[in-house]
Amino acid sequence: MLSSLLMMAGVSSWAQEIVQKPVVDSKGGPAVLEMNFQTPATQIAEQIYGLHNLMMIICMVIFVVVFGFMFYSILRHRKSLGHKPATFHESISVEIAWTIVPFIIVIGMALPATKTVVAMKDTSNSDITIKVTGMQWKWGYDYLKGEGQGISFLSALSTPREQIGSPGHLPTQARGENYLIEVDNEVVVPVNKKIRIITTANDVIHSWTIQAFGLKQDAIPGFVRDTWFKAEKIGKYRGQCVELCGKEHAFMPVVVSVVSDADYSKWVDGKKKEMAALADDPNKVWTVDELKQRGEKVYSSNCVVCHQATGKGVPGAFPALDGSAIVAGPKEAQIHLVLNGKNAMPTWKSVLSDTEIAAVITYTRNNWSNKSQENIVQPAEVLAARK
Amino acid sequence: MSNTTMDHAHTAAHGHDDHHQPQGFARWMFATNHKDIGTLYLIFSLVMLLVGGVLALMIRTELFQPGLQFFQPEFFNQLTTMHGLIMVFGAIMPAFVGFANWMIPLQIGASDMAFARMNNFSFWLLPPAAMLLGGSFFVPGGATAAGWTLYAPLSTQMGPGMDMAIFAIHIMGASSIMGSINIITTILNMRAPGMTLMKMPMFCWTWLITAYLLIAVMPVLAGAITMTLTDRHFGTSFFNAAGGGDPVMYQHIFWFFGHPEVYIMILPAFGIVSQIIPTFARKPLFGYASMVYATSSIAILSFIVWAHHMFTTGMPVTAQLFFMYATMLIAVPTGVKVFNWIATMWRGSMTFETPMLFAVGFIFVFTIGGFTGLILAVTPIDIQMQDTYYVVAHFHYVLVAGSLFALFAGFYYWSPKWTGYMYNETRGKIHFWNSLFWFNVTFFPMHFLGLAGMPRRYADYPAQFTDFNMLATVGAFGFGLSQVYFIFFVVLPAYRGGKAAGDNPWEAVEGLEWTIPSPAPFHTFETPPTLK
Repeated sequence: MLSSLLMMAGVSSWAQEIVQKPVVDSKGGPAVLEMNFQTPATQIAEQIYGLHNLMMIICMVIFVVVFGFMFYSILRHRKSLGHKPATFHESISVEIAWTIVPFIIVIGMALPATKTVVAMKDTSNSDITIKVTGMQWKWGYDYLKGEGQGISFLSALSTPREQIGSPGHLPTQARGENYLIEVDNEVVVPVNKKIRIITTANDVIHSWTIQAFGLKQDAIPGFVRDTWFKAEKIGKYRGQCVELCGKEHAFMPVVVSVVSDADYSKWVDGKKKEMAALADDPNKVWTVDELKQRGEKVYSSNCVVCHQATGKGVPGAFPALDGSAIVAGPKEAQIHLVLNGKNAMPTWKSVLSDTEIAAVITYTRNNWSNKSQENIVQPAEVLAARK
Repeated sequence: MSNTTMDHAHTAAHGHDDHHQPQGFARWMFATNHKDIGTLYLIFSLVMLLVGGVLALMIRTELFQPGLQFFQPEFFNQLTTMHGLIMVFGAIMPAFVGFANWMIPLQIGASDMAFARMNNFSFWLLPPAAMLLGGSFFVPGGATAAGWTLYAPLSTQMGPGMDMAIFAIHIMGASSIMGSINIITTILNMRAPGMTLMKMPMFCWTWLITAYLLIAVMPVLAGAITMTLTDRHFGTSFFNAAGGGDPVMYQHIFWFFGHPEVYIMILPAFGIVSQIIPTFARKPLFGYASMVYATSSIAILSFIVWAHHMFTTGMPVTAQLFFMYATMLIAVPTGVKVFNWIATMWRGSMTFETPMLFAVGFIFVFTIGGFTGLILAVTPIDIQMQDTYYVVAHFHYVLVAGSLFALFAGFYYWSPKWTGYMYNETRGKIHFWNSLFWFNVTFFPMHFLGLAGMPRRYADYPAQFTDFNMLATVGAFGFGLSQVYFIFFVVLPAYRGGKAAGDNPWEAVEGLEWTIPSPAPFHTFETPPTLK
């Protein structure tokens, strides 16, 4: 309401550009003017919701009592009303009482939470195990155990940049209801099954969360952590990365699609066929044009946020590829850099396939003003460099 | 022996009646007088408050609407990081040291701080540190954008701005440690005869405890950021898993500093409020001894709760339970303080000049921050709220409505002693009511944003969060303007002139600071006062 009013006032001069639709609740995400937790979809989230309500009630009661005394005193014990000051300044019994009573209250608050803490940590007997890998700035998912084992994909923000805009450039597309909380590849899980999530990261710490599941687990590079959920309602649930991970921190959401068992089996079949079709033969010899074409796709989904579509990078932060000495020089150095990373450049060896790395390097060597002498890299060369 | 000759030469040159006061540049550059150094600290922190405030308003401007309107996300991250660092290390901490410098010698009847030249050094370390920090915006890659917590390994990805921030924090840490040594030595050795520890004003007590906290944890922070520095440049792997390190270890070390740090920023505030409430209730502080014990308990407990900042990193269930229960316990001594203040007000004869308004406002709004802290201490709830705007709301309730409001209260209470003039009471009240109102407009909606799941440190957000963000931005500008009003319509006029303040403008019953003239002469208590 407030937003639409102000939005109209603020954006009226831009109105010829686009008309933003009124914001509606996101299904599985936040509601407009939401003032409480999102509707719980797991028992753990249910318990957290209850704990929070309990805490709120206790705190409100204490608040009213304590400040009731204070405001009574402020109103009545005034010099302007001629109130004469008392002289008492201690009372052992009162002081002991207001130490012991709060002590009992806080223990009473913590006790019901204890059960939930223990339950949240119990990741045993899971039906499906999914490894979640945080990377700048998308999520990787590997189904490790249970139905769907072997499925693996990357999941990135699908909201187009045209909806976000950038300083000096207004958005040219109206925003959808799931602005910034939608992805290209959703995590699909069956309903009422215990899903164990293992988190790790490739570069910096990220954090994987779904509000409606009451679940949040940091993804730490070089370490694995685990947590679990059992969604009880079919639907889509949305979360975002919640640990500061660099410039695109706000643009790597999490979407989990909870489906029926039958739909899940269907999804697994489809996904497996899709993966088989996509798998590349690492020994195939490619032409420059084939690799360039493939490389452009890899570039735009992985490299463009830092090195930019123009290949010019961001001065001072991300080096330019257009005219770069490494891109123009011997290919071994570039293969090594892409595989292993350097400073802000992540290691790509666990994220991209040999073919994808070969393709994107070939692309950079033949694009913009670059005309490198060694202008083609074959997947087999990348494979060899991995050893 | 050489001392004697030097003293002799000195007195010969200036004559025996040596009450001259250095003037101009030299007075401030070579200041050894606790009052001058206190003023320097307060001016420095006010400037930093403005700089940090401008950064905050830039953040709120970007967040007024979804989408990226004004700043690229990488610059937005620099804004949030630098806002935090500047407010914590540049504004709040030096402001309390400024109060300590001004008031501790006056309150304990000492002639000056124990180490006058070190006092000068610990202040003059701050401007270079601030320049390093502020200058880092202009180096390639800009200022550090790793958040004020500077978590590894994100911090290893930053440009030279990160190194500048590390050095700036090193220098500020050295300054804090020297300041603390000075405060501890002054309090323990230079109290007027008859002033036992348990007769000391509460502000001195809280600062004594705070100073010990600072000495304990500033080196820990220095260690953490030094390891970051060597990880960045000298090939060590303290926080790099690929080399056998652990990124989470950084968080443990940081928060072992970071949690006592939050009490470093609030205990002196408790001290200021404990001075003001009795004066305006015209009644002695209720439960003096239990106040001292409560402050000490908070300080001790603050060392064993650090991991409650890290519940989502994944720790054993026993650790989660330990840190939850330990954190909940802090509510007990904190509650005792609030009860004591209210019992001090109870059946008093209260008036509500601006210091009292800010002190009562402090109790009311700080307690809201205390309650949200209690809610966040419950592990399962914390896991849901970790890194959301609920946390942002919580720590601004305790840091702005807590520390900053207490600093304002302290300014209104003691500035007549510093300037010799009464500030304008009407304007003080305008400042108070505006601050209180706009503060709540800014930060109260953030609770709702956090509950609904809006993550912090976000340059852009789902459109469902728009309304409360707009409200917060409007509030932030209101709050910012209230502080501009404070500087131009309260502080500067108060230094220029006004109604002369008597020696004891508040008719306070207790406090040596009210026995000397206003403004306080350059040298006070050259012969120790005698206590009744």
